[in-house]
Order: sequence, then C-alpha cells, then structure tokens
Amino acid sequence: MNGASITVQILVLSAAVAFIIAFIAGLGRVSRFKMVRFVTTVFVELFRGTSLLVQMFFFFFALPAFGITLTPFAAGVIALGLNYGAYASEIVRGAIVAVPQGQIEAGIALNMTRWQRMRLIILPQAVRMMLPGFGNISIELLKGTSLVSLVTLADMTFQANMLKDSNTGAVIEIYTLLLILYFLIALPLILTARWLEKRSGKGVTAR
Amino acid sequence: MTWDWNFAMQIFPEIFRAMWITLAATLAAYLIALTFGLVLTLLRRARFKPLVWLAVGFIEFVRSTPPLVQLYFLFFAFPQIPYIGFALNPFLTGALGLGIHYSTYVSEIYRSGIESIPKSQWEASTALNFSRMQTWVRIILPQAIPPVVPMLGNYLIVLFKETPLLSAILVVEMLQTAKIIGSETWRYLEPITIVGLLFLLLSYPSSLLIQRVERSMQRMYGKQKRGGVTL
Repeated sequence: MNGASITVQILVLSAAVAFIIAFIAGLGRVSRFKMVRFVTTVFVELFRGTSLLVQMFFFFFALPAFGITLTPFAAGVIALGLNYGAYASEIVRGAIVAVPQGQIEAGIALNMTRWQRMRLIILPQAVRMMLPGFGNISIELLKGTSLVSLVTLADMTFQANMLKDSNTGAVIEIYTLLLILYFLIALPLILTARWLEKRSGKGVTAR
Repeated sequence: MTWDWNFAMQIFPEIFRAMWITLAATLAAYLIALTFGLVLTLLRRARFKPLVWLAVGFIEFVRSTPPLVQLYFLFFAFPQIPYIGFALNPFLTGALGLGIHYSTYVSEIYRSGIESIPKSQWEASTALNFSRMQTWVRIILPQAIPPVVPMLGNYLIVLFKETPLLSAILVVEMLQTAKIIGSETWRYLEPITIVGLLFLLLSYPSSLLIQRVERSMQRMYGKQKRGGVTL
C-alpha cells in the first residue's frame, strides 16, 4: 500500500499548485490590462479545452523533445495542477465577479487603491463563495491522480495493476479494494465540501 | 529534436481516422449517461426507500472514485464475477464505464431541473387524477428537461475530453494512436501535440455554442440563476 501514500502526496502537491494557479489565472482574467486578460484566457481555455491525460502525456513524452525531461512525479503534479488550476480559476473569477458592484463603488468612495479594494473588500467576500467550489475541485483532483499511473508513476492504481498481473485469481478483490480506498480518501473531502457549502451559504446570497 | 512538419503531415491522417473512434465512444457513452442518469434520478424519487438509499449510495460512490479505476474494474474484474459477469470488448467497456460514471453527474442535472418545477404542478396533476407515470411523462419531465439542456450539453464536452482514458484499456482512439505512433517512431512530440490540438479544435467551438444556447434559453425561460458545475 505504498501506492496510497504516493496518491496522497500527488493530491496534496497538485492541489497546492492548482489553487495557486487558480488565483493567479482567476485574478488575471479580471485584470484591467487587456494583455494580462488575453494571456490568462488563452491559458485557461487551452487547459480546459484539451484532455487532462493528453496534457500529462505531453509533459511526459513530448517535452523531452525540447530538452526538458520531467520525472513522472513532476509531470503528474504539473499536469494535474495546471489542468485543475484552469478549472478552479473559473471559480475564482466567478466569485470575484459575483461580489456586488456596490461594494466596489463603496471602496472607491472610501478612496481605497485598487489593491486595497481587492484585498480588503472583494477577496474576503469572494473567498467564501469559492470554498464549496474548491471542495468539489479537490474531489475531482483526487480522481485525476489515478491518471499518473499511466505515466508509470507507482500510485495506488499502478500498484493494483501490478498486483493484478501477479495474482490473476484475485482480480475482483484487488479492484474492489482499490475503489473502496479511493472512496475512503475522498470521504473527508466530500464531508468538508458539504460542510463548507452549508457554512458559506450563511449570510451571503451566493446562489 | 524539434517539430517536424513532414512527419506531422504524414501521421495526421492516421490520427484523424482515430478521431472517429473517439467521437463514437463519446456519443455511445453520452447516450448511456443520459439514459442511466434518468433512471438514477427516478430511483432517487422512488417511494420505496431502500431504492432511494441504493441510488444515493451508488451516485456518491461512483462520483468520488476515479473513472480510470472504474474502467479497469469493468474490464478486468467484472468478467470474473460469478454468475453476472461477462466480458465486453474494450470499446463497449469504455463506453459503459464512462457512461455510468457521468450518469451520476447527469442525474444531478436532471434533479436540479425537476426540483425547479413548482410543487403546484404535482398537486395539479394529482387533482386531475393523473397516474404517477402520467405525471412524470406528461407533466414533470417535459418541463424539467428543456431548461437543463445546455448543462447536459456541457457534459457532452466533458465526456469527449475524458475519452483518452479509454487508451488505458487499449481502445485505439486518438491518444492510443498517438502512443502507438510514438512507440514505433520514437517521436512523441508531433502525435501528442496533434491530438491536443484536435481536442481543442473540437471542444472549444462547441463550448462557445453551448454558451450561446444557454444565453438564449435563459431569455426564453426568464431565469437568472445559472447553477450547476462548470467542469
């Protein structure tokens, strides 16, 4: 069950990458500079428009052609982080846009700088709306981690496939156990996401 | 090693042919998802409670475990289950696996459509002495489904982008073709890039189209709410 620890490591690291990317790209898309908006939109659409597995293969198999060789672990984390980061950036953008216009106007009236408005007024309200979405993304991310087995990283799925090859009699048990293990890892995420959904609904008219 | 146009042109027809497999798998999985999703939705509203628990448990479990592992399960383990197991070819396994996985998402969409139907509609059909079946088929579903069509359309695109998973159970769709070309020629850059571009070329315009449909439907139904996941 070494595979489980690899799966969790990948999950945590790529979640960190994804959320950082999400904030950068989400903020970039509401930037006042056209260039920044353009670049981030291209990035987001590129990663949302193609398939996660194709991206992972690209990082793993195609990048060496440019002299960049990534370990399976790095390729997995980068592909997962960028892909889900692109999806999560839509959540960030949606939440920022959902902050009522009046709040921004009030910030202007109080003579705040753009940065102050973003940091003190918009983000604190927007983050609350983002949380349930982030919870869902992290469950999606967990499911995405199983793809790293296809770039030869020895995660849970990979180990199960190896076990299958050595014990052909216990295939049903192996894959049932694997599904249950994934569910057990997902369970805390599901419960947290649900809790966040309930919490964030309080006092705000997010939805 | 850099990008080689000649090589790219040479392998393009092969990948393009594999695109039809990808599209066929997408469509097959989508039809399964739409049908089975509806079944799940109706089960969730069944009067017999254990059915409801079964449906909810199934949805939660399938939604939170990786589709890749579910495909492996269907492909390797399912045929060995005594009495009920039977072997399917990779294509059907793939379509079934992805179809079932996304049916759980689709059923959530149906549910949101059904829940948006005012209670008075149910009461009115009770008052008019419609049977339960008639209420569903003639009153509730015709009102519940059309508003959620754009959201259902989103899942067609999501499914399309999930089909590379089928390469793991050796369906020769686009990505598998690219992998085969790569392993034969030791050039992965061109095939994988072409696959990526084809995905983008097909999915981006369709998502723009769905956005337009969504906007025009919002006008039609006068709704401002736009719930649902955008994954």
